[in-house]
Amino acid sequence: MDLGQFILMRHELLLTIAALAILVAEIFTSEKNKSGIITFALGLFALVTVVGFIPGETGNLFGGSFQSSQLTTFMKNILNLAVLIVFLQAEGWLRKPENADKISEYFILTLATLIGMNFMVSAGDFLIFYIGLETATIPIAGLAAFDKMKSKSAEAGIKLILSSALSSGILLFGLSMLYGATGTIYFADMAGLISKDAMTLLGFIFFVSGMGFKISLVPFHFWTADVYEGAPINVTSYLSVVSKGAAAFIFTIILFTVFKNIVELWQPMIYTLAVFTMTLANLFALRQNNIKRFLAFSSIAQAGFILLGIIGFGELGLTSVVYFVLVYVFTNLGAFGVVAAVHNASGVETISGYNGLYKTNPMLSLLMTLSLFSLAGIPPVAGFFGKFFLFTAAASKGYYLLVLIAVLNATISLYYYLLVIKAMFIAKNEEPVAWFRSTLAMRISLIMCVAGVFIIGFASGIFEYIRSISQLFLN
Amino acid sequence: MTVLHFLFLVPYLILNFIKYIKVNILTLLVIIPILTMIGILFTKDNKGARLVSAAGMGVQLITTAVLVLSYLAARKSGLMNEMLFTADYMWFPSLNIHYAIGVDGIAVAMIALTSIVVFAGIFASWEVEYLSREFFISLILLATGVYGFFISLDLFTMFLFYELAVIPMYLLIGVWGTGPKESSAMKLTLMLMGGSALLMVGIFGIYFNSAPDGGPLTFNILEISKISMPLDVQRFFFPFTFIGFGILGALFPFHTWSPDGHASAPTAVSMLHAGVLMKLGGYGCFRVAIFLMPEAAHEMAWIFIILTTISVVYGAFGAIWQNDLKFINAYSSVSHCGLVIFALLMLNQTAMDGAILQMISHGLMTALFFALIGMIYGRTHTRDVNEMGGLMKVIPFLAVVYMIAGFASLGLPGLSGFVAEMTVFVGAFQHQDMFHRVVTVIVASSIVITAVYILRVVGMILLGPLKDQHHAHLQDAKWFEKLSTVTLVLAVAAIGIAPLWLSDTIIASLKPIIDKLAMIAP
Repeated sequence: MDLGQFILMRHELLLTIAALAILVAEIFTSEKNKSGIITFALGLFALVTVVGFIPGETGNLFGGSFQSSQLTTFMKNILNLAVLIVFLQAEGWLRKPENADKISEYFILTLATLIGMNFMVSAGDFLIFYIGLETATIPIAGLAAFDKMKSKSAEAGIKLILSSALSSGILLFGLSMLYGATGTIYFADMAGLISKDAMTLLGFIFFVSGMGFKISLVPFHFWTADVYEGAPINVTSYLSVVSKGAAAFIFTIILFTVFKNIVELWQPMIYTLAVFTMTLANLFALRQNNIKRFLAFSSIAQAGFILLGIIGFGELGLTSVVYFVLVYVFTNLGAFGVVAAVHNASGVETISGYNGLYKTNPMLSLLMTLSLFSLAGIPPVAGFFGKFFLFTAAASKGYYLLVLIAVLNATISLYYYLLVIKAMFIAKNEEPVAWFRSTLAMRISLIMCVAGVFIIGFASGIFEYIRSISQLFLN
Repeated sequence: MTVLHFLFLVPYLILNFIKYIKVNILTLLVIIPILTMIGILFTKDNKGARLVSAAGMGVQLITTAVLVLSYLAARKSGLMNEMLFTADYMWFPSLNIHYAIGVDGIAVAMIALTSIVVFAGIFASWEVEYLSREFFISLILLATGVYGFFISLDLFTMFLFYELAVIPMYLLIGVWGTGPKESSAMKLTLMLMGGSALLMVGIFGIYFNSAPDGGPLTFNILEISKISMPLDVQRFFFPFTFIGFGILGALFPFHTWSPDGHASAPTAVSMLHAGVLMKLGGYGCFRVAIFLMPEAAHEMAWIFIILTTISVVYGAFGAIWQNDLKFINAYSSVSHCGLVIFALLMLNQTAMDGAILQMISHGLMTALFFALIGMIYGRTHTRDVNEMGGLMKVIPFLAVVYMIAGFASLGLPGLSGFVAEMTVFVGAFQHQDMFHRVVTVIVASSIVITAVYILRVVGMILLGPLKDQHHAHLQDAKWFEKLSTVTLVLAVAAIGIAPLWLSDTIIASLKPIIDKLAMIAP
């Protein structure tokens, strides 16, 4: 093989170069100018994101261990875009004096996990998949404990690392059984050898449980709320959007390619998981007052909706999952951006702290409203389209009852999203959060989110493009 | 520029605009509200906001008039297409989702109703001071959803506009309402969204069975109406679709959002909601549920006939027992909207014609009622009928208009209510069997109950001696209030005096569905 083939790994290589460049820049900046790294890293990563969109070759590397297709490239671009927004939102927070000595760490750790996720998405065998997964997970624990002086943050880090270690163990156990049953770890070879014998099934169940932890499906979700609450907001948004999105991507890919022979066996499993995930997460979300915990449960519920796309096994299912994650990136990051901006300016983290926000900060309140409506699936914002297509995918396989449960759950979720809107618009408050001007980077990120939330829905070309590359991928 | 200039210039501009830009007049009905909302964004205070809203909705009213006239002209020239002014743009090719629009006589009538009520609603909320820009934007957003719903021929866009119309209600009631506004707003929004959840399942069912012979699946109502879905599919999805729309039409036992919501909502919102939004339910039942699944409708009609009979009678009795003017009118809306669905389920031409007439008639007069209640409340600061009396002498204009609305509501000949109810009962009596006879008689008895609660209110608050001396110096209607109410009274009287042109248009447009029903009825 010639070196030119490495162009297939351009996303991973670019990210590695970017991470290393930030590390080197750290060495050459004086103590006084540490915050210069922020600008440098933002510029660099924006460049990497843009370069990622340049269309390039597709193909396999390392004998099929690494697969690059238009779909995986698109997935990586979604992740890059999401991370770019997260970085923009983190800028104001990183400039705070207490973070002055760990700026480059934030970027390097985040980019390291992103590299892992990219490998995971492109995996062609379970080894690369597992390495990618671990690379994606372990640095996040460091990120969750980023405010190491706060006990909640440290606790979040420990909880995250323990539960991911456990889930990785379970996953690995399942993978070893699958290897034992089929004698291969390559996706392409394994797909034909999967049968309904007991060992394969046991391995498959362990695999789903392990992935359930990563995507935080009920009943594997217990770590989520505590970690989301304890971690700094910009890490929480990363966890709930990028990390979850990448896990959902690879979970869908593996189910659709490796386990396509036993689709009638895993559909009931996904069905059950979806019902429990949506319902329980919604019921828990009803009672939260901390906005981060609230968004944590809401994002668990959203993961339940993603399962509806997965159950609609086939081209439409894959399309709807990728499309929904794309919508979800802009939607959820819009909400998190507002939460981060409010937190940076006033330290408010409770829903009741948002009382009367519209009086003082109308633009932020409107943005939050749009994002929450999009999360609830209300037109004309993109969330409506995302949910509609997920439900279409499930209905196309005849799961009408599941669709009914899902839409009723969407109605329940509307209740708690409306509670936040009520706090901002209706509730009275003697001392609402004072007016403040968010940083330029924050404003850019929020504008990106709003644009995304409107454009992705109406511009049907995006959906059609995803559809065409999904078609290519599955055939 | 005087008002007269405006009146002549605008239709001219609109006609030319349509000619040169080649924009579909129906699309224009969605674009004008959107432009109005953007315009409101640039205003500074409530004066600017209300002026822009009034101008925008005035243009909308004139555009609607242009639409009505060109529709009638087109029909007169012999165009027999099921839908006119159609346009069709592919939106999501892989799922065969289109932006497909078109109207028949019924949709035109509903659009005209909407324009009149919205126009009157803007003037009824002339004095909203608190966050007035946001108020008008939300109100017009609601209207945008309604217009989009009535012009849609594609189930996807129809559903999109339906949800778009429902969601601004939360803020409209929650922020600008009165009384227990937060819980009412939440109850209303969640129940209506629950309804749309059922509806969504119904729409999926229709979509995935829209090509039984294996062609491409479609959301287009006209295309689906040409095929006949398997009976078991219809049996399964008809209740979802019908109840989904029925919730918005205040179908018993899903009507409970209506009294609370209407009572808490600000004046213009009650007008729009009872006047127009609840009609989305009836229209949807008719256009989607019954039109696309006639066999199931025929088979299951009896269940829903019983439910709507309860709606009609229960709503009327509920209105007798209330003392709050808004609650009285809200329960009366439950009763009247029940009559709409009752008439639709009779599944014959006369009754369905009556149902559509009743939708328009009730839309106008309930909007008038809510506008008047808002105006009276703004003066007396009470809506309790026990605390008012003898207002006729103090505020004669409002009192007389209130009586007109009341007479329309209890079906006095010469006003719209009589025409609608008469047609409904004649249609319902065309069924020969015992069941239909009995329910028709029960439902017809509601006219008497309606008379009781209307006359009770009129007697208590308008006639007799003045009860509260503080009310002695109330000011009568201001110009914008007169404009708002007179617009509605004229429309109510127009239908009452000359119902036939409207009725003929409706009957002509009912033909496809009547033909479809004729194929299955024994």
